[in-house]
Amino acid sequence: MSTVQQRTAPAGPAAARPALRLRLTPVVVVYLALVTLLVVGSVLVGLRGEVLLDQAGILNILTRSTALGLVAIGQTMVILTGSLDLSVAYLIGLTSLIAAETMAGQNGMIVPGVLLALAVAAAVGLVNGLVITVLKANAFIATLGVALILRGYLENNYTGPAGDVPRGFQHLGYDRIGPLPVAALLMLAVAALAWWYLSRTRPGYHMYAVGGDLEVARLSGVPTRRVVVTAHVLCSLAAGLTGIYLASRLGSGAPYVGTDAGYDLESIAAVVLGGTLLAGGRGGVIGTIGGVLILATLDTIFDDLEVDPFFKDVVRGVVLVTAVALYARRMMADRTRGRLT
Amino acid sequence: MTWRPRLAEGTAPVLVVLLLLLVGLAIVGPAYDEPSGYLALLKRAAPLMILAIGQYFVIVSGGFDLSVGALVTAGVVIAARLIDGDESATTPVILLVLGFGVLVGLLNGLITTKLLVPSFIVTLGMLLVLDGATFLWTDGAPRGALSAGFRTFGRGALDVPLLGEIPWSVLILLAILVAAALFMRSGTGRALVAAGDNEAAVRMSGGQVDRLRLLGFVLSGLLAAVAAILLGGFAGVSAQVGSGLEFRAITAVVLGGVLLGGGRGSVVAAAAGALSLEALFTLLNLLGVSGALESAVQGLIIIAAVAYASLGGGLRQRLRLRPKQCNTVQPAPS
Repeated sequence: MSTVQQRTAPAGPAAARPALRLRLTPVVVVYLALVTLLVVGSVLVGLRGEVLLDQAGILNILTRSTALGLVAIGQTMVILTGSLDLSVAYLIGLTSLIAAETMAGQNGMIVPGVLLALAVAAAVGLVNGLVITVLKANAFIATLGVALILRGYLENNYTGPAGDVPRGFQHLGYDRIGPLPVAALLMLAVAALAWWYLSRTRPGYHMYAVGGDLEVARLSGVPTRRVVVTAHVLCSLAAGLTGIYLASRLGSGAPYVGTDAGYDLESIAAVVLGGTLLAGGRGGVIGTIGGVLILATLDTIFDDLEVDPFFKDVVRGVVLVTAVALYARRMMADRTRGRLT
Repeated sequence: MTWRPRLAEGTAPVLVVLLLLLVGLAIVGPAYDEPSGYLALLKRAAPLMILAIGQYFVIVSGGFDLSVGALVTAGVVIAARLIDGDESATTPVILLVLGFGVLVGLLNGLITTKLLVPSFIVTLGMLLVLDGATFLWTDGAPRGALSAGFRTFGRGALDVPLLGEIPWSVLILLAILVAAALFMRSGTGRALVAAGDNEAAVRMSGGQVDRLRLLGFVLSGLLAAVAAILLGGFAGVSAQVGSGLEFRAITAVVLGGVLLGGGRGSVVAAAAGALSLEALFTLLNLLGVSGALESAVQGLIIIAAVAYASLGGGLRQRLRLRPKQCNTVQPAPS
């Protein structure tokens, strides 16, 4: 819904304003915050006689962003649709294991391993979507339930890392073009694809419509069930890619690689930090990537400053709540000014 | 007029499930031939039931509280560090932990209602802050020790005339449950449910939606602190004591037929949901199902419970009121 409204907004009262004036949309705020953070971080790290954005620093930020970025791209789609996915963390562990075990150290098995992992991920996403649309379970509970089922499977069958990723595949995790890791570029490519899908295609528009108002979307002829299921399948595929990437980095599959990093709640945090409305209907992938980069930059700065790791969590929590409070204020301000929101 | 038991909507299924589980326990476990077995079950379940009651107040008014698990850990760790084995510190520290719970609830509630941040995000942020701050303060690992007096509430028992030894935690649980049930029948309690059901209507009829929601969060924080005191006594000090409890409490509430998004469900059913969950784990344990599969069973059951509630109850509700959105998560509308 809101995309359409945003597009028509300039015809309304906003048209009276200078057209070139930069509107402080959440996306703009996120990237301004990122730049500010980089500047402040560079100064702070510089005071210690080190450089934040040297080759190693950039590499560090981008490597940290890759896995979370992939999950968060998928999470953006489900959140935009008005749903959410708590099962991604266990799914990441599961797909890393499937990929690594199928490959079993043979270069020839790389493609089947990747395909099998993605197929399982898509199946889990399909289950998520069907439980939500057909059984009409609340997304929170449906995906929590699926997460618990995956957890039971993992706990029952694995005690630790398993499988073996061939050398050839580990290039994905470690190769670089100049200072840029290949995997980070691939993540950005996936993000670009998701951006194109969400803002340039009909099914993408439908996601905004369903997230904006399910009932209105349904009455307007949007196949709401199909949209929700698609969003969940895409989200799980993104989680599957994350699992495959992490397998290539670790050299094997690990059941708790997703949960140890808390990718379920962390990805939701990144999406919301990037300005996407938790209730759905507004936001997008570009903001999400900004949110991911902010989280990664914060981590890198704290590492350089040798801050207590527990302090990071505190800052993260405060940043998250503050950001969302700011977005909420802006929306309220817009509303009182009579702008369509 | 025939007398009908005044069960809130959605309470009956969870009571049936609970009854089946208890019967199952009686058949499978020899320990459940006499009341003491059930008393032990109730004692084990008390912290989760109390958390579920707290979570109910937040959920029924239209929010989520993801911070209770971290709050339980924080409560136990704070108590251990401050008491440090010193018996005389017990009472002030208990009061402090309860006060801390209220404070966290107050913060959650104020940020949600005043800054218009969805409660999911607020309490997720609070989870991160609490987890980080607790361990920042204790340098990474819980230190100190709880006093015997503190631990009495979690593992001691009181000699009640006629009934014999009743664990403290069961007595505390019953007191909270009765108070909660009475509260939900009062005007404020009904307004709390109404705020979750139709915020605009409550506002127009002069209800203070923000204050009601705030109250829900404060109660949730306070009860999480109570649960921390019981768990600290029962299980001792550990950094993992509260981990995952927020999802377990939400599961219990949902199992009790309470609608996520608010507006429907009873507090007794939420507590019964928590007891069912604990009874289920005990039963699986007795049946020799490996602990690893426990969570898978839990996952299946909550999906089934929610699907039953929305599909089975759907027809009945459609005749009376417009169906609420079931597909969307609606944490505190902003």
